[in-house]
Amino acid sequence: MWDYSEKVKEHFFDPKNAGAVENANAIGEVGSISCGDALRLTLRVNEDGDVIEDAGFQTFGCGSAIASSSALTEIIKGMNVEEALNVSNQDIADFLDGLPPEKMHCSVMGREALQAAVANYRGEEWEDDHEEGALICKCFAIDAVMIEDTIRANNLSTVEEVTNYTKAGGGCSSCHEGIEEILETVMAERGETFNPSAKAPAPQTEAATATSGMTNLQRIRRIEMVLESMRPTLKADGGDVELVEVDGNTIYVNMMGACSGCQLASATLGGIQQRLMEELGEFIKVVPASQMPQAMKAGG
Amino acid sequence: MSKGIYLDNNATTMVDPKIVEAMLPFFSDQFGNPSSMHSFGNKVGKAIKQARKNIQTLIGAEHDSEIIFTSCGTESDSTAILSALRAQPDRKEIITTVVEHPAVLTLCENLEKDGYTIHRLKVDGKGRLDLNEYKAHLSDQVAIVSVMWANNETGTLFPVEKMAEMAYDAGVLFHSDAVQAVGKIPMDLKSTKIDMLSISGHKLHAPKGIGVLYLRRGTRFRPLLRGGHQERGRRAGTENTASIVALGEAAKMALEYMEHENTYVKGLRDKLEEGILAAVPNSFVTGNPEDRLPNTANIAFEYIEGEAILMLLNKEGIAASSGSACTSGSLEPSHVMRAMDIPYTAAHGSVRFSLSRYNTESEIDAVIEAVPKIMEKLRKLSPYWGENGPVEEPEKAFQPTYA
Repeated sequence: MWDYSEKVKEHFFDPKNAGAVENANAIGEVGSISCGDALRLTLRVNEDGDVIEDAGFQTFGCGSAIASSSALTEIIKGMNVEEALNVSNQDIADFLDGLPPEKMHCSVMGREALQAAVANYRGEEWEDDHEEGALICKCFAIDAVMIEDTIRANNLSTVEEVTNYTKAGGGCSSCHEGIEEILETVMAERGETFNPSAKAPAPQTEAATATSGMTNLQRIRRIEMVLESMRPTLKADGGDVELVEVDGNTIYVNMMGACSGCQLASATLGGIQQRLMEELGEFIKVVPASQMPQAMKAGG
Repeated sequence: MSKGIYLDNNATTMVDPKIVEAMLPFFSDQFGNPSSMHSFGNKVGKAIKQARKNIQTLIGAEHDSEIIFTSCGTESDSTAILSALRAQPDRKEIITTVVEHPAVLTLCENLEKDGYTIHRLKVDGKGRLDLNEYKAHLSDQVAIVSVMWANNETGTLFPVEKMAEMAYDAGVLFHSDAVQAVGKIPMDLKSTKIDMLSISGHKLHAPKGIGVLYLRRGTRFRPLLRGGHQERGRRAGTENTASIVALGEAAKMALEYMEHENTYVKGLRDKLEEGILAAVPNSFVTGNPEDRLPNTANIAFEYIEGEAILMLLNKEGIAASSGSACTSGSLEPSHVMRAMDIPYTAAHGSVRFSLSRYNTESEIDAVIEAVPKIMEKLRKLSPYWGENGPVEEPEKAFQPTYA
């Protein structure tokens, strides 16, 4: 059984804005091939000011597809069209207090229906710009198509590189066999053979800075900002965290107060790691400062 | 919701309280290792022997030494198939079906990568095999045929006894994954040509984590796990004694209830199916109703999705399962529905109700009462559904852009 949030259940059992809006002047019909779900979104937009006055959905799909549709209509009612286009699938998922990784595509479908409806309102043709594949990395919800495209575009040849570029495989590592299989197929296309013992050719630090597009100073400030934003939650539990050192993708922190020695410390580190990855858009490993190599400690 | 109505017995079953009672002493007083040369182990060995006998009787094996205890149905399947390949290294082909359980299908996919050729027999709209297609693939290149006795999703039975004869005539080993069939339909393996057969304890009211591989005497065999002398060296590892005892009890009870299963339980299933089909428009039975397990009804509800159905059923305290993609997190609706060419809009809404001898008529009445309202509620949300029925030409009226 999926671990659905109360909010998802609420919007599934008692969906808002179900059914088609009368006199709709914006209609979006999209489906997600990945699970066969489909959604028709109907909007009535006031042409004076482009404000969405009413929104309704009809969904052929699972619990989270129905809940995502319901959430979407609640979010966009009263917005003007431009504002509505800024609603991301993450916004829909956040509105529902999160979705399981396997179900994130339901929120993507919601966003696409919105784009399609707005295009319809403006008399444009909407074209989908992304393709979905089988979910490979469950920790970070990365699918096969995303991994394939990234391998092709960047000529990747190791699992480590795939993790650096897409985050896939950076969590529990159970999907490494799946990533290796994709590497085998894509590398065969360019006439190469996957070698499981090959090392990642490019130094990680360079790749990382390149992807985030920030100077070292900017990057460290950003990291501090993220940690700062998480401190109140930790402090509420009597704990705290401080940044000790940044070495490429590895970030050393000190867990303090109640956090130090807490059974859940590793879960907390995982949470910090996830937040940092989202903020910086690159693969990050958060490690307790106690595990820092001696040489680095000496060097400051 | 009190205890709820459990109609998901093809997924797993309740351990009968009598069986729990029978296994408890093997956690405490009878904790000994059956291999030990002292009184702590002595009684355990005898209990295992009795359990083996009970299973032998249930499946009609000729010898009790043909029963090998394993950890689960999946282990039995893997052991059978990999043994056939290792014992006959010159044979590089396997015959199976497109609707097997992942325990067989995923293993075969993996073997394909290692260079083996897999022949997957197709099924028709009712989930039936074409024995001519099967015959054409039988040759001295085939190491093993692995065909399920009963399909877990639809309950459809395959003519495994006939197919085993055909394999025998062609000099090919025959294995059947019978985890859904054992205990639900009578079988007498000694009068068949089946060489190997898989059983899973938790499908017949024994606990999870215990299985059996039936291995016909004289069948060439290579163990999956080597080590100690347990199971005559054919499956090393200290015996899961409490669960073996439980499975023995479960086998005994299954035999006692065999007639009940095929009369009373079957009657409840038929009542449920007829009741739902009469009350819910645009619904139909999948698989082959003429030849299937007595406990299984698989009904496709058009234009709505299975996970949503299950969530609403669950709210009413009713447990079932679905062939929709969303319940598994996979990309496709059930491979069984797809193989039978059930359209997407129906395959996603297929729901499996699987009964057991613990279900009652009043439970079935309650389900027949609850189901139509649930379908109505979801169809109101469906873009394929109009006021009182599907919109005209549903596939044309709603044509989403697929991503």
